[in-house]
Amino acid sequence: MSNIPTELKYVESHEWLRKEADGTITVGITDFAQAALGDIVFIELPEVDTEVEADDDIAVVESVKAASDVYAPIAGKIVAVNEDLADAPEKANEDPYGDAWFFRMEPTDPNVLDGLMSAEDYAAKCE
Amino acid sequence: MGKQTPLYQQHLDANGKIVDFGGWDMPIHYGSQLQEHNVVREDAGMFDVSHMTIVDIAGPEALAYLQKILANDVSKLGFTGKALYTGMLNEEGGVIDDLIVYKMDGWYRTVVNCGTREKDLAWMNKQIEAFDATLTERPELAMVAVQGPNAIEKVKQVRTEQADLIGELKVFQGLPVGEWFYARTGYTGEDGLEIMIPAAEVAEFWDALITAGVAPTGLGARDTLRLEAGMNLYGNDMDDSISPLQAGMGWTIAWEPADRDFIGRKALEAQKAAGIPSKLVGIVLETRGVMRSHQKVVVEGIGEGEITSGTFSPTLQHSIAMARVPYDTGSECNIEMRGKLIPARVVKMPFVRSGKKVFE
Repeated sequence: MSNIPTELKYVESHEWLRKEADGTITVGITDFAQAALGDIVFIELPEVDTEVEADDDIAVVESVKAASDVYAPIAGKIVAVNEDLADAPEKANEDPYGDAWFFRMEPTDPNVLDGLMSAEDYAAKCE
Repeated sequence: MGKQTPLYQQHLDANGKIVDFGGWDMPIHYGSQLQEHNVVREDAGMFDVSHMTIVDIAGPEALAYLQKILANDVSKLGFTGKALYTGMLNEEGGVIDDLIVYKMDGWYRTVVNCGTREKDLAWMNKQIEAFDATLTERPELAMVAVQGPNAIEKVKQVRTEQADLIGELKVFQGLPVGEWFYARTGYTGEDGLEIMIPAAEVAEFWDALITAGVAPTGLGARDTLRLEAGMNLYGNDMDDSISPLQAGMGWTIAWEPADRDFIGRKALEAQKAAGIPSKLVGIVLETRGVMRSHQKVVVEGIGEGEITSGTFSPTLQHSIAMARVPYDTGSECNIEMRGKLIPARVVKMPFVRSGKKVFE
């Protein structure tokens, strides 16, 4: 059974989002996603300062099994990426909601999270 | 639901993630494919390979029959238990399957792939009609591969009564003890055993090996291990339309004696005379990214090929692959990955043997 923290928001492409105190939004992949991918061996992150639209493919996760795109869950600007993750991609398997965040975004619409899936909605989708 | 081996409950108990594998419900991993891979390189792991097909061949013309249907020459097997690896070819020289043959006292044991079982048996049964020989499938036997530098020692601890026999097995030799059969063969590039066991006894053996510290290892790690070892996977790296000369299996063709008329020989001779169109090579990508089967290989000034098997090598920490490329390919190529051409090197396989990098 997947771990789906209740305090986070989710999108269909199996990313989680968390609003930080400064209004930026942290993004990572869910426990369900990491389990489906299997052992992750490479992660390619986007460039800081890139402006992205929702659903743009902006990062790549390669597991032993397959390569998968990671999509921008919302429109906005990339303001930080987790460089440590690129050096230790296995963290995405071990701690998908903690150390293994992928990037932070400044959202175009500050209220964008209100329209996204709750943990309950996402859990229903993963069944 | 697919077919289940006699170890199915053991896989569930060990948290195996079960997937469909050629109609069988098999464990792809038990948590982490990478960790399982490393355990086999460093210590000892075990695979349930009970889905593989065991076929015994006996009768006065068993040898003549095998000399007809196999590209390698079974008469080279000099002592009891000695095994060889060979292709079984069609008239066009394509590989119907790859298999291991063990020479027994007056009979032979072969192990063929699970995914090719039906076409193999149909072909073998058809060809045997011309010979005074019999063919018996042994579905009542399960099979466990125990592989890794400590694998043989740990099996000896569990099968103390057979420890002497196991200890004396030569590489590529297999011997029966009652209905059990111990073979010093494998598909990982490590030392180890492949053991055939009556289905009713295999679960107890598996549990005893767990107690002895042997890790259950899934088919995912089996694939990365065999690819590091430069061993072909039937259906990926060769098939009915590919000759052994195009699949890195030239060494398994016994051309001598020249009058041994094995099936496929004429086609292979014609292919050699006309020029072999492609070859199977090893490719390494020492930068980021993982090569995958069916990606295009571009060889500048020469032509194009295709990755037949690609993965991330846990031992080397970068991607490795096998590819079928134009025969004149040199030491460099480009792999088309996600819309970009990425430079890669062509190397001589294997990539890894006994836990160490081998290629230059």
